[in-house]
Amino acid sequence: MTETFLSVRDLKVSYRVGRGSLDAVDGVSFDVPRGSIVGLVGESGCGKTTVARALTRVMADNAFISGGRMLFDGRDLAALSERDMNALRWREIAFIPQSAMNSLDPVYTVEYQLNEVLRLRGGLGRAQARKRCEELFEMVGIEVGRLRDYPHQFSGGMRQRVAIALALALNPKLVIADEPVTALDVIVQRQILDQLRDLQRQLGISVILVTHDISVVAYICDRTVVMYAGHVAEQGTMEATLTQPSHPYSMGLRNAFPDLQGAASGVLTPIEGAPPSLADPPPGCRFAPRCPFSIEVCASVTPPQVEVEPGHFAACHRAGEAPALRERARHVSTWMAEA
Amino acid sequence: MRPPATDTGEPLFSIREARLHYRVGGALSALRGRSSVVKAVDGVSFAIARGESIGLLGESGCGKTSMGRLLLKLEKPTGGEILFDGEDVSRLKGKALRRYRARTQLIFQNPFDAVNPRFTIRAILAEPLENAGVPRAGHEARIVDALELVRLPQPAQYLDRYPHQLSGGQLQRVVMARALILQPEFVVADEPVSMLDVSVRAGVLNVFRDVRDRLGLTAIYISHDLALVRYVCERTIVMYLGKVMEDGPTEDIVHEPLHPYSKALVAAVPVPNPHQSHDPLPIGRGAPDPRNPPSGCVFRDRCPHAFDRCASEVPALRDAGTRQVACHLF
Ligand SMILES: Nc1ncnc2c1ncn2[C@@H]1O[C@H](COP(=O)(O)OP(=O)(O)OP(=O)(O)O)[C@@H](O)[C@H]1O
Ligand SMILES: Nc1ncnc2c1ncn2[C@@H]1O[C@H](COP(=O)(O)OP(=O)(O)OP(=O)(O)O)[C@@H](O)[C@H]1O
Ligand code: SF4
Ligand SMILES: [Mg+2]
Ligand SMILES: [Mg+2]
Repeated sequence: MTETFLSVRDLKVSYRVGRGSLDAVDGVSFDVPRGSIVGLVGESGCGKTTVARALTRVMADNAFISGGRMLFDGRDLAALSERDMNALRWREIAFIPQSAMNSLDPVYTVEYQLNEVLRLRGGLGRAQARKRCEELFEMVGIEVGRLRDYPHQFSGGMRQRVAIALALALNPKLVIADEPVTALDVIVQRQILDQLRDLQRQLGISVILVTHDISVVAYICDRTVVMYAGHVAEQGTMEATLTQPSHPYSMGLRNAFPDLQGAASGVLTPIEGAPPSLADPPPGCRFAPRCPFSIEVCASVTPPQVEVEPGHFAACHRAGEAPALRERARHVSTWMAEA
Repeated sequence: MRPPATDTGEPLFSIREARLHYRVGGALSALRGRSSVVKAVDGVSFAIARGESIGLLGESGCGKTSMGRLLLKLEKPTGGEILFDGEDVSRLKGKALRRYRARTQLIFQNPFDAVNPRFTIRAILAEPLENAGVPRAGHEARIVDALELVRLPQPAQYLDRYPHQLSGGQLQRVVMARALILQPEFVVADEPVSMLDVSVRAGVLNVFRDVRDRLGLTAIYISHDLALVRYVCERTIVMYLGKVMEDGPTEDIVHEPLHPYSKALVAAVPVPNPHQSHDPLPIGRGAPDPRNPPSGCVFRDRCPHAFDRCASEVPALRDAGTRQVACHLF
């Protein structure tokens, strides 16, 4: 059942900037079990897109994988030649880029763009491609009659569906979706997530879903990987990470989020401060400067991944005290800046 | 919770049958038989009491921003009237108009779009003071006060920085400070936190609530997310295709939405809870073409309850207990 299908180990991805380089992803490890949806969550700049792009090896010009492995069905994606990697793209690993709905080419019809993938990448004949286009549109719930439309004739939500159709064109085993619903309003967002989950179940594919929104994770993911400043702060089943957050950052996120099911009088509590600069990260735990529970060791020693429950890890020196910290984290006063 | 509004009886705004119709496309779309008018705001009426905060809720394109722009007189209504303090806004000119501009302000969605990247924070905040003719000598103190008001700690350290040298949350506070620096009575906040990370969003929302209460501001808060609206507004107006579907206390709408569209909006709000309903939303897929809204009730082609009358008769906004609803079921 929970056979591991993708295994990322100590992944390090850097960007060349000026004369030096910046380690945007610094020792990230996580697994994707076959047939599951894994949510990669964290705030802006924490390295989610960098991880997603490293997995597809479609990276920025100044980016390079500086360490680690990405074992996919027995092959290390970090070590594959560009040619072998290219053979995997679309057919085995498909990528839906961040703001995919704006990345469709405005001068070609949607059908033309689907055809490019089906015929050039997939080697399908004209008739087969035509049939597949219709199948794909049906799958994502757009009238087949609109295949000949141009991207600007679609709403944002429909363009996002087209992007999903494009990703599914050649029956990949793994789909990496970078913020697929972020710019959409709540109704469209929900409908796209339902669609994605239905297709994932129907086709038995695995999905890595990049998002900054923990409620998206709560709605659709089986597992959660919480990133903070280029590191993994916490990971485990969706249920465990949400109901028993064991890293102070995840505990804080929980209080910062308005919950329509919660009491009306609830007060939202921000996490004061901002993530550190990756160009010059602080030693020790990267969350320490914002953490209400930091102790001396946090400022100097990078915390290891502690297994708080089987399969549930938190990179925190105080992970052993998680239940007590969770209790304290509920109180607003815990998160108030001292000064 | 917030103190009671300082209600003198007379509303700050009275909006009567306001319309904002945009002409879109050219002769070509007219030839194709497509009506070339988008009714961004179409016969909207409500009053805004002094000190009240109202959430404008609805999906993309329903006319929230257009309504906000009408209130701020950034757009001229194509029909109906908007009274501010009893005076018709469209008649304001000269000095009265300048005064109106100072008393009403807009807080933008994306803080990075809202400011000139080549201006320092000091210059960004001095601009409205200059426009309002505040003497130079008084600028620095007003600027620092405004930044303290939005709880930017040690404001002096930011004055000579440029926007890109601030975080999103810090810059959104600067944008808020700029809107507040002339001490307006009324603000429209158009999705002010949608571009911010969750961890900083809460801080900005708290500042917004706090400043509003302290200054007794009247506010319109625009969003498509009821969870955010609920956090700042005791009253919510649900819009769909330029029309008001439901208007009432936010808590009532959260717990028992009446209009079929409000029901879908409430059900769609994402919650950070592993145990939640995955039932399909009670709404048809795909927003209609705003140039060709359905006859009768504009929501009927997506409504799970639509019946004959919905196609032939436009439902009026009628009283239903604590609220008003525009639906033939009520
Ligand atoms: N091409 C680049 N050159 C240099 N630095 C980069 C480049 N692309 C990204 N970065 C930096 O790497 C870090 C991680 O960026 P990344 O895009 O992976 O973040 P993210 O988690 O996807 O954020 P968001 O939620 O905003 O999309 C950030 O600090 C970012 O500024
Ligand atoms: N300047 C304009 N010219 C023509 N049509 C316009 C103009 N501004 C807005 N519209 C149209 O009016 C309708 C309402 O737009 P508006 O921006 O008010 O919606 P909104 O509710 O604020 O949406 P969003 O949540 O996407 O910001 C839309 O159909 C939009 O395309
Ligand atoms: S009036 Fe009819 S179509 Fe409109 S919301 Fe009510 S039941 Fe649905
Ligand atoms: Mg990203
Ligand atoms: Mg808008």
